Amino acid sequence: MKSEVQDQADIRVIRLSGKITIGAGDVKLRELIRDALESGRTKILLDLAKVSAMDSSGIGEMVAAYTTVRKRDGQLKLLNLSPKINDILQVTQLITVFDVFDDSEEAMASFA
Amino acid sequence: MVCPTPLTASLVLSSRFENIEVAERVLRDLCERAGCDEDDLRPLLSALWEALANAIRHGNRRQVDRRVLVEYSVDGNAAVITVHDQGEGFDPEAVPDPTAPENLLRPSGRGIFFMKQLMDRVEFTSPPAGGTCVTMRRRLNATARSTDNEE
Repeated sequence: MKSEVQDQADIRVIRLSGKITIGAGDVKLRELIRDALESGRTKILLDLAKVSAMDSSGIGEMVAAYTTVRKRDGQLKLLNLSPKINDILQVTQLITVFDVFDDSEEAMASFA
Repeated sequence: MVCPTPLTASLVLSSRFENIEVAERVLRDLCERAGCDEDDLRPLLSALWEALANAIRHGNRRQVDRRVLVEYSVDGNAAVITVHDQGEGFDPEAVPDPTAPENLLRPSGRGIFFMKQLMDRVEFTSPPAGGTCVTMRRRLNATARSTDNEE
């Protein structure tokens, strides 16, 4: 998995690409969230447009990221789900947990 | 072309996550030779991934010297995949439903759920020799497509 991090105002935008799967992407995602929180960034937008695959460990890591950020009174939201990732969130019912956006401006404005 | 007799293979892997990709390559090769297309292959690959991740992490507890046996049988009708670890065994009925509201925020426990979503049949057994054995079966569309083309 690769990532690109950009801070826009007080929002950390993390663009992920590749696989978020056991033993690789899941660990990297955990590190990215930890880095954000250690930098004082508690508003996090994960852009998943270029994520090609996600297994149950990757999903679990996203859930862990969500709860970790929430415990710090922060917010973690998702942007640009591919049909495949959207299907995974639907079938696991996690679509009811995450705030999901297709439009980055709308997503950024939602943190206000 | 649809393969009339099952194509079979077996693999013995050490408990490393990177070996999952080795097992995927074997499955992909068998399926291509049996006439499967990407629609057939995709759920099989995902289910195999989840079964192996479980075997390595929960079954063999990432102890590299513990082995995972993978057996494949693929023909034009169905694919059957068996994954056998050397762990302590577990009760699959005791795994909570990850879609229940009280479990939604649990960070783990979705692997078996995914396997059941992806495959037609998923069965766990505890062989006398130890470990956990999961057998997964999924019907393939290759035969139907081949018949359609001949008509």
